[in-house]
Amino acid sequence: MRVEMRVDGEPAAAEIDRPGESLLTTLRDRLGRYGTKNACEQGECGSCTVLLDGDPVCACLVATAQCEGREVKTVVGAVPRPVRDAFIACGAVQCGFCTPGLLVSVADLLARDGDPNDVQIREALAGNLCRCTGYEKIIDAVHAAAELMSDGTPAPTRAHWITTPVVPSAANDATEAAP
Amino acid sequence: MTAPLRAALFHRPAELDEALRLLAAHPEAVPVAGGTDLMVAVNYRHTRPAAMLDLTRLAELREWSDEGDAIRIGSGVPYTRIIAELATVLPGLAAAARTVGSPQIRNRGTLGGNLATASPAGDGHPPLLATGADIEIASTAGTRTVPVTAFFTGPKRSVLAPGELITAVTVPKAAGPQQFLKVGTRNAMVIAVCSLAVALDRDARRLGTGIGSAGPTPLTAPDADLIELPWNRPDLFNDALAAEFGRRVAAAARPIDDVRGTAAYRRHALAVCAARALRRVWTAAHGTESTR
Ligand SMILES: Cc1cc2nc3c(=O)[nH]c(=O)nc-3n(C[C@H](O)[C@H](O)[C@H](O)COP(=O)(O)OP(=O)(O)OC[C@H]3O[C@@H](n4cnc5c(N)ncnc54)[C@H](O)[C@@H]3O)c2cc1C
Ligand code: FES
Ligand code: FES
Repeated sequence: MRVEMRVDGEPAAAEIDRPGESLLTTLRDRLGRYGTKNACEQGECGSCTVLLDGDPVCACLVATAQCEGREVKTVVGAVPRPVRDAFIACGAVQCGFCTPGLLVSVADLLARDGDPNDVQIREALAGNLCRCTGYEKIIDAVHAAAELMSDGTPAPTRAHWITTPVVPSAANDATEAAP
Repeated sequence: MTAPLRAALFHRPAELDEALRLLAAHPEAVPVAGGTDLMVAVNYRHTRPAAMLDLTRLAELREWSDEGDAIRIGSGVPYTRIIAELATVLPGLAAAARTVGSPQIRNRGTLGGNLATASPAGDGHPPLLATGADIEIASTAGTRTVPVTAFFTGPKRSVLAPGELITAVTVPKAAGPQQFLKVGTRNAMVIAVCSLAVALDRDARRLGTGIGSAGPTPLTAPDADLIELPWNRPDLFNDALAAEFGRRVAAAARPIDDVRGTAAYRRHALAVCAARALRRVWTAAHGTESTR
C-alpha cells in the first residue's frame, strides 16, 4: 500500500506492507530519514517526536497509513536555527540521542509561547527523556533560544552559557530557512 | 520479501456511516484513533492487526457541541483540546486530561480510545463516573446510549461489541466545583497508582465520586456520595466529615497488590485524596475556609 505525505516540506511516498507500520519505522527504514530517533517505541521517551500537521506527536505511535496527505516535520524541517544554536551553546547536548526529539518539542513550545517560564518549559518537555544532561542545561537552552528569537541577542544574565561559535554543516545550511 | 499491503487492509473512511459499514463488512479491522494504546501493542507484537480502520478522518468524532445542560464530546477529540476548550464547563475532566501522559500523548490520545481500552487506570474514567456521563455507541444496527456506570464489565472489558464504535461522550456541565487527584511517582507520564474524581452539585446538593486504578474496573462510591453534609450551614463542615468521606471512598475501592502499589497503600491514599478533594470542593463552593 502506497502512502503519500509531505516530509520536511517535500512530497514523500512509502510503500508499506503491514497496516500497523509506524511513522517512525517508515521515516527511518523506508525513507532514510534518520533524524528521528527510535529508543522505546512505546511513547515514553519522546526521541521520535515529530510535528504532524503542526502538533508534536510520537512518530512511533502513529500508523503511517494515517498520514496519507498529512504534513510531517522532523528535526530537519521543524527547528529554527536559534533553537539549535542555543542547545549547543548551553551544553544541552551530550550523547545527543534525545536531542532531535527535544528540538522539535522546543520549537513547538516557542512557536506557541515566545517567553515560557521554567514550569511551562518543564511541562512542555515532560514527554522527552534525557539520560545525560540532567535537564538544567536544556532549560537554559530554551530560555536562550527564546531570547535569540525575540531580539537576536543573548541575555547577559544567564550564567551557564558559553557562546561557542557554531559551525554550520552543509546539511544544516540546507534547512536554514525552516520556519 | 512480503507482498505490498493491499489498500483494503487499511481503511480510511471519511464519514461515520462509511466507517460503520466497513467495520461490519470487515470485522477483523481494528479501529485506531490516537494510536497511543494500540500502537504500543502493535510495536511490541502483542497484537498484529490483519487490518486497521482509521478514525482520525471522521470529522463527526472530532467535534464537541454544547447541548445546554451537557457537553457532547466526539470520541476522537484529543485531550489537548479538552484541556484548551472545555476546562471551564468540565473542570474535572479537563483536570484529568491534563495528567494524561505527555504533550505528545495528549495531542493524539482520545476519550474514545481511553474508554474502549477500558483500563481500570484510565484517567478519563473517574470524572465521567463522578458526573454521570453517557457513552454513545453506534453500529450499522443503530445508536445506543450506555451510562458510564454500566460501561465497564471487567479489567480492559466493556459492553462495546464487535462492529461498534464509540461516537461520543455526553458529560453534564459542572454545577459546582470539581476535583481530580492522581497518585503517581512523577507529575507526568505515570499510570495512576490510584485516582479520584469528585464533583459537587451545589443546587442539587449532591456529590459524585469516581475511583480509578483501585479495582477491576473504575468504580463509583455510592455510600460516600450519600454522606450528610451541612448544606444549610456550610461553616459547620469540618475535618471529621472529610475524614468520614475518605473512609467511605476507601471502603468502596476493591484494590489489589501490583507493581504500582499495594492494596493497603491504595486504600490509604484514596482516603487522603478523598478527604482533601471534599475539603477543596466544599471550600470552593461556599467560600468558607475549612479548618485545614
Ligand atoms: C506514554 C504513554 C502515556 C500514557 N499515559 C496515560 C495516562 O496518564 N492516563 C491514561 O488514562 N492513559 C494513558 N495512556 C494510554 C492512552 O494514551 C489513553 O488510553 C488514550 O486515551 C487512548 O486513546 P487513543 O485515541 O490513542 O486510542 P487508540 O490507541 O487509537 O485505541 C485504543 C483502543 O481503543 C479502540 N478504539 C479507539 N477509538 C475507538 C472508538 N471511537 N470506538 C471504539 N473503539 C475505539 C481501538 O481499536 C483500540 O483497541 C498513555 C499511553 C502512553 C503511550
Ligand atoms: S521511540 Fe517513540 S517515544 Fe520513544
Ligand atoms: S543528551 Fe544523552 S540522552 Fe539527552
